[in-house]
Amino acid sequence: MAQDSGSRTLISHAQLRRGRGRVIYWLLLSVVVLGFTLVFLGPLYWMVTGALKSGQEIAQTPPSLFPKDPQFQNYIDAWNNLDLGKLLFNTFYYAAGAVVFQLIFDTAAAYSLSKLRPVFGNAILGLMLATLMIPAMVLIVPQYVTVIDLPILHLNLLDSPFSIWLPLVANAFNIFLLKRFFDSIPEDLMAAAMVDGATPMRTLWSIILPMSRPILGVVSIFAVTAVWKDFLWPKLVMPSPETRTVSVGIYAFAGGTPQNVVIAASVIAAIPTVIIFLLFQRNIMSGLTTGSLKG
Amino acid sequence: MAIITAPPPARQAASVPSASARRSRKLRDNLTGHAFLIGAVICFALFMWYPMIRGVVMSFQRTRRGETTWVGWDNYTRIIADPSFWTAWKNTLYFTVLALVLGYVVPFLVAILLNEFRHAKGYLRILVYLPVMLPPASALFLFKFYAYDPSEAGLFNAILASLGLPTSEWVQSPTMTMPAMVIASTWMNMGGAVLIYLAALQNIPGELYEAAELDGAGIVKRIWHVTIPQTKLILALLAMLQIVATMQLFIEPLILANGAGTQDSATSVAYLIYQHGFFQNDLNGAAALGVIMLLVLAAFSAVYVRLSTKEN
Repeated sequence: MAQDSGSRTLISHAQLRRGRGRVIYWLLLSVVVLGFTLVFLGPLYWMVTGALKSGQEIAQTPPSLFPKDPQFQNYIDAWNNLDLGKLLFNTFYYAAGAVVFQLIFDTAAAYSLSKLRPVFGNAILGLMLATLMIPAMVLIVPQYVTVIDLPILHLNLLDSPFSIWLPLVANAFNIFLLKRFFDSIPEDLMAAAMVDGATPMRTLWSIILPMSRPILGVVSIFAVTAVWKDFLWPKLVMPSPETRTVSVGIYAFAGGTPQNVVIAASVIAAIPTVIIFLLFQRNIMSGLTTGSLKG
Repeated sequence: MAIITAPPPARQAASVPSASARRSRKLRDNLTGHAFLIGAVICFALFMWYPMIRGVVMSFQRTRRGETTWVGWDNYTRIIADPSFWTAWKNTLYFTVLALVLGYVVPFLVAILLNEFRHAKGYLRILVYLPVMLPPASALFLFKFYAYDPSEAGLFNAILASLGLPTSEWVQSPTMTMPAMVIASTWMNMGGAVLIYLAALQNIPGELYEAAELDGAGIVKRIWHVTIPQTKLILALLAMLQIVATMQLFIEPLILANGAGTQDSATSVAYLIYQHGFFQNDLNGAAALGVIMLLVLAAFSAVYVRLSTKEN
């Protein structure tokens, strides 16, 4: 954050560096660092260690800060009883497919709308962006009805990964993000490629895509986390135990499973997204803010 | 993707192309453009545009034993006559308002605070955004079992008891269910708003604060006269987005309160849609509820657009 040193904010640097201001600054900073660690990391600590406690220890008052006799068995039970390996694999498979489908179709569409600009392109873009105004919950019933009996083709996509992949392609936010990025690529580059006889496909592949790696990364990460976090839609379209996602699987087992085992499963389910976040936090945060601010 | 191989480039650079050649060139360019669009357009048509129309159509029909008939406003009158319809709206609006007070103001204040720090910035940002990355089901089971446990074994009650404060039954008490859901929801979702506000705060020119300070404005006045006006647009936008999101409250009641909650204190409109559509074999009623929800949210947006255009 290099720009911070230059620009002033609410309170001037000078004030924060001198005497009383300095003391207050460091005091406040320590309180906030400590408080935030407790508020945001504390529950995660509670979750990981709570899943190590025995049933008795969970019910004990006051609750213990450290598990007295760590029960790693809870994690093993969670893995085996809920068939977490299978659930995690399913979720990963849906997430990977979602990335592939979104990258292919949304990138192609955004490229067309930004650079090829066919007739009715703007009208189509308008219709796509209009879907951003429609809350997901409103469409859930008609979407479900569509998926169980696809118009014209009369296919039933229940328990098929396509019922997760294809609806995710219809993501106006992605198309908007990608199109805006492509818009910023100079027209001259396109024209030069065309003069050299490159086809639109070739231009996309050799010129546009290599320049767009950051935005493609952002779109991919968002696709993975969206699939990993989604609950209601996969619950509806993946009803059988073999095709469930991890969140839905844990929910389905929560009723008849000991609390500490459910929590152990929840911890395992959360590990992949937390790792993705720690690895790609810079991309995620910048994608989030550029997407929303400069619209 | 075989269709996408485009035609060879026209080789008429030197001579002026004839009108018909130009027309066919244009047609070909358009076809290429649409070939790139077709995949996304089909997905939008199947899973967005068509369901939108289908939802409205379904809300005026009734399907019984595979036979679909037009029933006019029957679904609407039936849904509205159901007492849980009004309970669900009351709960949903209550959640929306509570979430605005807590989930809307807190991230802004947090962002203002974080923006003043010159140390530990990256760490604090990661902390705030971490819950956003957890699967909501995981996070909510944590709250349900370990935080909102009604005995003093629960984390919140243990803290309250150690401070000598009265404990609560949280999601098992009809009055505390909503606040408990708002707390969990805010914890899970505030990271995104904080990061967006932080980015907005960094765009405020420092001279404005300088000038305000020279005029003798204190910290609160500087926030009121500089920070808020300078971030007005993004504040308004996030308010709108948050209202739309909180009105679709679903997974919090489902997991924290087993759906309806004690004495229907958790039933939300979205949960009612789910109940009608997938448990009471009433997809048509659920579609009608969906249309009503859309109209309510559209009304909200219309008021918002009206107010924000008047401001400018």
